[in-house]
Amino acid sequence: MSGILVLEQLLNGIGYGLMLFLLAAGLTLVFGIMDVLNLAHGSLFMAGAYVAAEAHTRTGSFAAAIVVAVLVTVVVALLIEVLLMRRLYKRDHLAQVLATFGVILVADDIVKMIWGPSPVMAPTPAALSGPVELMDGLPYPSYRLVVLAGGLLMALALYVLVNHTRIGMRVRAGASDRPMAELMGVRVGRIFNGVFLLGAALAALAGALMGPIVAVQVGMGEAILIPALVVLVIGGIGSVRGAFVAALLVGVVDTIGRAFVPMLLRATLPPATAADLGPLFAEVAMYALMVVVLIFRPSGLFSARA
Amino acid sequence: MRPTFLKSPALPRTLISLLLCGAALGASVSAVAAPVKVGLALDISGPFAALGAEARDGFALGIKQLNGKLGGQDVEFVQADMAGSPDQAKQLVDRMIQRDKIDIFSGPIGSNVALAVGPTLFNAKVPYLSANAGPSQFAGAQCSPYFFGTAYQNDQFHEAAGKFAQDRAFKKIVLIAPNYPAGKDALGGFKRQFKGQVADELYTKLGQIDYAAELAQLRAAKPDSIYFFLPGAMGINFIKQFVGAGLSKDITLVTSGFSADEDVIGAVGEPMLGLFNTSHWAHDLDNAANKAFVAAFRKEYNGRYPSVYAAQAYDAILAMDAAVKQSGGNAQNRDAVVAALKKANYASTRGTFKYANNHFPIENFYLRVIGKDAQGKVTNKLINTVLTSYGDSYASKCAMK
Repeated sequence: MSGILVLEQLLNGIGYGLMLFLLAAGLTLVFGIMDVLNLAHGSLFMAGAYVAAEAHTRTGSFAAAIVVAVLVTVVVALLIEVLLMRRLYKRDHLAQVLATFGVILVADDIVKMIWGPSPVMAPTPAALSGPVELMDGLPYPSYRLVVLAGGLLMALALYVLVNHTRIGMRVRAGASDRPMAELMGVRVGRIFNGVFLLGAALAALAGALMGPIVAVQVGMGEAILIPALVVLVIGGIGSVRGAFVAALLVGVVDTIGRAFVPMLLRATLPPATAADLGPLFAEVAMYALMVVVLIFRPSGLFSARA
Repeated sequence: MRPTFLKSPALPRTLISLLLCGAALGASVSAVAAPVKVGLALDISGPFAALGAEARDGFALGIKQLNGKLGGQDVEFVQADMAGSPDQAKQLVDRMIQRDKIDIFSGPIGSNVALAVGPTLFNAKVPYLSANAGPSQFAGAQCSPYFFGTAYQNDQFHEAAGKFAQDRAFKKIVLIAPNYPAGKDALGGFKRQFKGQVADELYTKLGQIDYAAELAQLRAAKPDSIYFFLPGAMGINFIKQFVGAGLSKDITLVTSGFSADEDVIGAVGEPMLGLFNTSHWAHDLDNAANKAFVAAFRKEYNGRYPSVYAAQAYDAILAMDAAVKQSGGNAQNRDAVVAALKKANYASTRGTFKYANNHFPIENFYLRVIGKDAQGKVTNKLINTVLTSYGDSYASKCAMK
């Protein structure tokens, strides 16, 4: 196994982690700060991917597609917030799960009505469709570098917003002690609306960015919601920093489980046993990481509420 | 002016009874008053929604062309969506058998659903035309006279791909499939016909989104070809990422027809050009029945090419039509219907074929490649026949003669 392969696989792990982070960041903000479990976050991700695919095909501009996707999804989220979520803020998590699960079902059917049941085409921008030579013997898909950069930029922007701005301070205040923050003059309700819409915008951005490398189809939001929830739990609910670290951890551990563990097994065990065990490790690696983290840090790596 | 006898309320009823008696006495052709009941369990939501919608369109076209009749008999189609769920399908089939008293059944896309509903239908002696799923269980020890795998046995697609790889004499090939029973069966089927060097077998997570780690291993292994069986979204993810990684220059991609049909082409587009795949049917297969079907389908559905799922569903309706006709128009005579189905004497879109002892087809398998049609539309093109009159590998385990 060459050094370049190890490097490439680490890069792959980080890339996958950043993809998960784009989705988990919005989820953790809404869950951690507003204490609302929004399962429909995956549906907003799907909306972003579909709108971006449609806009990209119509306008031919990928940048325009991303902007349109984010705007349209935020409008959809505004409707969901006003019509539904507002009534759920004070209810328990079970009511929130049930209601937002209902939103998933409705969203899937609406998408099917508009775009049909078959997956739709989300083209890769022509300039980014091939690989670039990162170093000698290491070509890397250029579009993945864009996703990587998008994830990193978003992480940085969120870090600055939450930790170094007045709005961020109010968000954190509202999250840690809502009555006190309200007494100090913070309009927590309005802040929460803003956080929900920001979460939706992040989900839409994730969907628009991931469209060109995954299948854009009904139910795509549910498939990626599960690893995103694992990231949320490992990182500590409500912590953007936690989500970032956890997403990278999950990405790298998952890649190690898929890439290196089978190789090690093959080198040490009889081939038949290795062939049976390898995929098993790959499948459980992410969950094993979650279990280990929860044993030592029951509220996640960086819990906002600890 | 109305005829006066209609004013008497008793008369029409008497007339109708008289007519019915006459029909019952006089004719063996139209002796059945009750319409033929056909149960169609559709997959228009759930995991197979895209394929189920194709099948629904195929069924609908067949029914429309036959004016809603089978073998000249009136038909009641009992249709319901069972969302690709074995539980839901089982309930639905129970209801279709007990309440609707169906005579023939067809519909489910998934093999898991076929396995769930099969035994109930066999007990009730309802002929089941499986227009897509061809699980090995029903081809082998659990075969039933009431089951017809009208399309194919699952392994045959992969065996055909293996034969193609063998004929092409690929030196070094890597196989990829999800880590679940159908994935292992697929790679097993491929290896039954491919005798060259399999450099590696990669089993991935079911529903995997990201394939970067596997692609890096492929780049390091430097095979000259890859065979992948990744149904649905997994295949789309894989192809997009494979092309994005620039691997398509040096590695020939081979797959079964499932991952290279019109639904996947619509989602991936031009990056799929040059992908080899195997199937028992192609929309440009040269026979009269197929040409008529493809033309009618494209006319009905805005110029869209039919996928294999649509063709199979359409074919199942034609098979039913022929079986009802050849069994003397009496669909309640199940043995006669089964005997007629077994003959496969109808103009199938795949051309003529025969059933083996286990009621699975002995048919040709073709190599297709994704290219462009005369209008520049990306679609499958037929290249040649890979396997001629090819049966499945389980027929010997079936006790039926």
